[in-house]
Amino acid sequence: MNWGRATVAVLTAVPVIALFAFGFTRDPGEIPSPLPGNPAPDFSLAVFAPGEGTLSRSVGDSIRLRDLAGKVVVVNFWASWCVACRDEHVALSETAREYADRPTQFIGVLYNDRQNLGLRWIEGMGGQSYPSVTDRGSLTAIDFGLYGVPETFIVDPAGRIAYKHLGPISARVLRSKIDSLLPAAMPTGMTPRDSAP
Amino acid sequence: MRHASLALIVTASSLALGGATTAFAQDTAALGAIPHAAATPTAADDELEARTTAVASTLRCPVCQGESIQDSPAELAQQMRAVVRDRLRAGESPDEIKAYFVSRYGEWILLEPAMSGLNIALYVLPVLLMVGGLAFVAYLVRRWTTPEAGIQ
Repeated sequence: MNWGRATVAVLTAVPVIALFAFGFTRDPGEIPSPLPGNPAPDFSLAVFAPGEGTLSRSVGDSIRLRDLAGKVVVVNFWASWCVACRDEHVALSETAREYADRPTQFIGVLYNDRQNLGLRWIEGMGGQSYPSVTDRGSLTAIDFGLYGVPETFIVDPAGRIAYKHLGPISARVLRSKIDSLLPAAMPTGMTPRDSAP
Repeated sequence: MRHASLALIVTASSLALGGATTAFAQDTAALGAIPHAAATPTAADDELEARTTAVASTLRCPVCQGESIQDSPAELAQQMRAVVRDRLRAGESPDEIKAYFVSRYGEWILLEPAMSGLNIALYVLPVLLMVGGLAFVAYLVRRWTTPEAGIQ
């Protein structure tokens, strides 16, 4: 046994195996986003699905992100052809309703889809409590570094992207993120006394 | 890196060409009615298209595997290509446009990583390994072909 040769072989093989081992733990589809922590790209997009009740906005109105300063804004990119979007729909719609009296705004952005298909999808899903807008040429989607739907961005009251969520989002994640960003940091359903020490 | 420099050369030459055509158009316009002046928009379009292709070839398509937004027929890739074209038309430089995409998608969006920081290893290591490997082979060949002292 030649110990020198064995050492060289091990020293060569170990880093290579370590590199592969590390590589196989990573998902090549997962693109790290540089956006969280940075100011959210501004947009001004026209409403095509009005939403319901107090959360609704007139069709054709423009929603401008900059005008929503001071609110926690949930921007959800979706499409009628997106299967995973069905999984998160109820959570988004319900959470938006739950936080209706807090400084929040939920916005759906239709991604690479036709408005009438989007409207039919909303109807089929039993409605959407908050308004959805269209994004021509996906300019806003690209501004947000989007590469698939659903993707959800939570913008803090200062207009910074606080959180980016890939895939369907749950009500639990939505609540915890929104609560951590609301100025009073007080979860819904709690009276001021509950939060006192 | 060769691709990047090639793209730079293509862009630079098309820029120069574009400048020349514009200058020509201005000259002809100053001289008065020359039918050729009407053809310049198409030349400008071709030139813009060539510059768009050069930039789009360096950007990775987010919904594909290892394909540029130039080569991919995916809707998002084509829309990104349109963004490249619009920004070039608005007067942004290829580097500014790449910086924009990096600010949205991260370094990942560049098919060829920038030569800075840890990335330098990506360019230097293969060369070092190649040289090291060749030296090792040369050393072995020499040892095999040289008769051992003991036998002589």
